[in-house]
Amino acid sequence: MSNPRYTIGVSGLNAIDSPGPGLAVIKALRDAESFDVRIIGLAYESMEPGLYMHDLVDKSYLVPYPSAGQDVLLKRLQYIHSVEKPNMLVPNFDAELFNYIKLQKTLEKDLGIKTFLPSEKQFNERHKSNLYAFGLKHGIKVPAVRMANTMIEATNMASQLGYPVVVKGKFYDARIASTPEQVMQYFSKISAQWGTPVLIQEFISGHEVNVCGIGNGKGETIGAVPMKKLYVTEKGKAWSGVTLADEKLLEICKNLVESTSWRGPFELEFMKTKNDEYYLLEINPRFPAWCYLSVGAGQNQVEALVKLAMGEDIKPFDNYEVGKMFIRYSNDMIVNLEEFESISTLGEL
Amino acid sequence: MKLKSNVAVSDSGFVFNAATGDSYSINPIGQFIFNLIKNGATEEEVIKHILKKYSVDRPTAEKDLYDFKKILESYKLIDTTNE
Repeated sequence: MSNPRYTIGVSGLNAIDSPGPGLAVIKALRDAESFDVRIIGLAYESMEPGLYMHDLVDKSYLVPYPSAGQDVLLKRLQYIHSVEKPNMLVPNFDAELFNYIKLQKTLEKDLGIKTFLPSEKQFNERHKSNLYAFGLKHGIKVPAVRMANTMIEATNMASQLGYPVVVKGKFYDARIASTPEQVMQYFSKISAQWGTPVLIQEFISGHEVNVCGIGNGKGETIGAVPMKKLYVTEKGKAWSGVTLADEKLLEICKNLVESTSWRGPFELEFMKTKNDEYYLLEINPRFPAWCYLSVGAGQNQVEALVKLAMGEDIKPFDNYEVGKMFIRYSNDMIVNLEEFESISTLGEL
Repeated sequence: MKLKSNVAVSDSGFVFNAATGDSYSINPIGQFIFNLIKNGATEEEVIKHILKKYSVDRPTAEKDLYDFKKILESYKLIDTTNE
């Protein structure tokens, strides 16, 4: 019997120095053994490299920025649906997820497009600003955090927590500050870029370990692969990493998925101290850009996500290969001006 | 002195700690000692093997083994909790 063929829309085609997860997700989809795919790329800008990678992406469309709202996005998706009839969408940006979560029922009911996303409650609870309360609720250590709206508040909070502290933007950016002057400097820079409040977080010394996984929405972890970053860029992004054997971390992860009934993909970011304690730093409600390492280690979690969305009853992965590495690379593509013209003027390629 | 369960060493002396993701290269003598530990040798047995294979006096072998053990401990490659 031949495999079913799905048309799947994927965002996050920005394979730049701080890459979106889209191309890794597409590679995993193309590696799937249980179905074939036609890939529809969803991009925000005409310079996103994935638009021009025709061996990975069959057809691409520009979509409106998340700030344009759900109605504008829905109209664009209705148009794309009229042409491509996608079976499923896999959104990969934190900033766009809220709109897709809000639209998921409409997409399925009116257009027959499936998604497999966390609930709005799950999405909101794991926000950086709510993470400490989230940790208390689910029995997970999270560094103490305060919300500063002014520079004075920021330095007072840093004194209360004790130096050094981590000064973080509500969406992005994190700096380690060892003095009140540094707190003021970073508060100023981060609030100008990302707005307030700025998070002042307890500094936990250790090394970062991350988990790429997927929950079935009923409390079961379908897949989970822990990874340590071996090489990190100036922006803190992994350029290389290796899978780990870490039973304690996997146990924490499974307990978290069970207690939250997490639905969909996730990336958990932890700091592991020298005393082998784990502090949860962040929950990303989507696949990370390094998710193709999970495929390399024996867990095609993206394929599992599609099967879950299609209503299949799937069994959890029971192992993965430890010591499997990924190393990222840059590449210069040669692109015809006509292609750039097409995506820039028509919004399609 | 016991290797942690997640530590593996290859024939070329490449040591990988699967629990932390850290890797190290060790020289042939280190590899010789590592394999003895891996096969369950006690410290006294390791010293006897060193004295048999290398021309070194016992105090020097003991001191160097002690230093090597401390390095392995600091990198969390061996378990010394039962000593």
